Amino acid sequence: MKKKQKLRIISPNGHLGFAPTKEESFWIGARTKPDYYCCDSGSDDIGPGPLGSDTCVSPYEWQKHDLELMLLASREQGVPMVVGSCGDTGTNSRVDRYIEMIRDLAKKHKMKPFKLVYFYSEVSKEYLRKKMKQGVVIEGLDSRPPLTLEELEATDRIVAVAGVHPYIKALEMGADVILGGRSSDAAVFAGPAIYEGFPEAQAYYLGKVLECASFCAEPYAAKESVIGEITDKDVKVTAMAPFQRCTIASVAGHAMYERSNPYYEYFAGGHLDMRECVYEQYDEKTTRITGMKFVPIQGKVKVKLEGSGKVGERYIGIVGVRDPYTIRNIDKVLDWARSQVEERLPGKEYKLYYRIYGKNGVMGDLEPIKEIRSHELGIIVEGVAPTKEVAQEVTLIGARQIFYARLPEVKGTAGTAAFIVDEVLPASPAYRWTMNHVVPVDDPMELFTMHEMIIQ
Amino acid sequence: MKKKLVDLAKTIRSKNAGTDRITFDIIFREKEIYEKVKKSGAITKDKIAALYGIPLSRITDFVEFDPANAIKFTIQRLEPSGSAGETDIFGCQQYPPLLDIEIELDGQ
Repeated sequence: MKKKQKLRIISPNGHLGFAPTKEESFWIGARTKPDYYCCDSGSDDIGPGPLGSDTCVSPYEWQKHDLELMLLASREQGVPMVVGSCGDTGTNSRVDRYIEMIRDLAKKHKMKPFKLVYFYSEVSKEYLRKKMKQGVVIEGLDSRPPLTLEELEATDRIVAVAGVHPYIKALEMGADVILGGRSSDAAVFAGPAIYEGFPEAQAYYLGKVLECASFCAEPYAAKESVIGEITDKDVKVTAMAPFQRCTIASVAGHAMYERSNPYYEYFAGGHLDMRECVYEQYDEKTTRITGMKFVPIQGKVKVKLEGSGKVGERYIGIVGVRDPYTIRNIDKVLDWARSQVEERLPGKEYKLYYRIYGKNGVMGDLEPIKEIRSHELGIIVEGVAPTKEVAQEVTLIGARQIFYARLPEVKGTAGTAAFIVDEVLPASPAYRWTMNHVVPVDDPMELFTMHEMIIQ
Repeated sequence: MKKKLVDLAKTIRSKNAGTDRITFDIIFREKEIYEKVKKSGAITKDKIAALYGIPLSRITDFVEFDPANAIKFTIQRLEPSGSAGETDIFGCQQYPPLLDIEIELDGQ
């Protein structure tokens, strides 16, 4: 393969399917004939529920819409299309779902046969149990302690976060379309750039700046396309939407988005050091970045793991309070309601949570305003228990006993709470992020299995 | 002259940084204002901890990021995002207390 002088990659959406890709800027970008169409489709922002229950938060039609744009443009041009973290979580079933969509779309548009390469990212509990029993430490990230066998058993589903390795492998296999399991957002872009022979520092930076699409441009607008160009010396990023520009401020500002520290970004195999990055306004819509460095990991490659475990079934109750005396004493009222749940269900396993909107419903203990300034309160009651029956009962008592609160001087003796409906509502089961850890591996590919098929 | 942060910064935001932390960005359009805010001493790790009523140990990072004219800090969550009892799954409504921070612009 002869190495290109420069490589251009379009990123149409920061999270494919989560909200539909804007078509105008996508086609403006597509007309410039980028070398790759790449997009990330996952996030851990959506909470642990989708991974645990193996479901999507993005609607089927939006996912298909976004895949259709990329497939039409990339197949017409005959260049690769790469999608990572299929279906929000990147589990095996989500990859399969995207395979079906690609198959449907190819049929719909009567496309010539092409090669689809896909890989799975799910990790079995057995694999980790074995490692742990051999004495391998599964280190925690972000101040978490190392993984315990107890936490492992409390987990329902685990995905490994792929680095560039399976993407490079898929391109070596001659992929026209790549559908990836859970992956680092940046790997979806960095993989192709490294495969094409560009240096790791520039390649990972390219991935980092493109992963959220138009979030690196201004004014603020999501789901618009941007194009990144890599050479051996620099990365340039250009906004495709007519009303957006990539400025020094917007690109540098994006470098810190959703990360604890703006100077370092960690991947399976090393980290990007952005301390010496230099940002220049290259043209009106383009910013040029130089000075990034890649630091390979010393010792074994560590692959990030995400795990989610079910905590219980869940119901939600909604309660309004308008009586000023009750509002002043709301903490006592809720203590009463809690005591009534405990009196009814002594020794049972359950959790009861209150959010008091009008007091600190959004910020909880981080709320600096301690006094209640509102003339009315909205209270969300959340009950979690091993069975639906108990979760419902916990939530129902927890809500209804606000109505029956015993306050000595209350004037309204016909009920101290307003209900929209006199019942509680079934909610999705409660899950918890049980794993945000890394596992050391001998071979970066050992957690990912590659598959290929011809779509015709 | 005292001014509120909301009148000086271009962007003040909070957002999840992974599942266990929330990160805060305060970004200024003008370098000059950014430098003055830094010098004012109104935004430090201690002051942020006091504002949010948390121990210093929960602030995992505090960075002055010159390329973006930005001050950035990160708070450890007590429970991972989206756990039962969650109030803000994306962590994106935790910044408003920053808006009213008063900054002394002159006379340092």
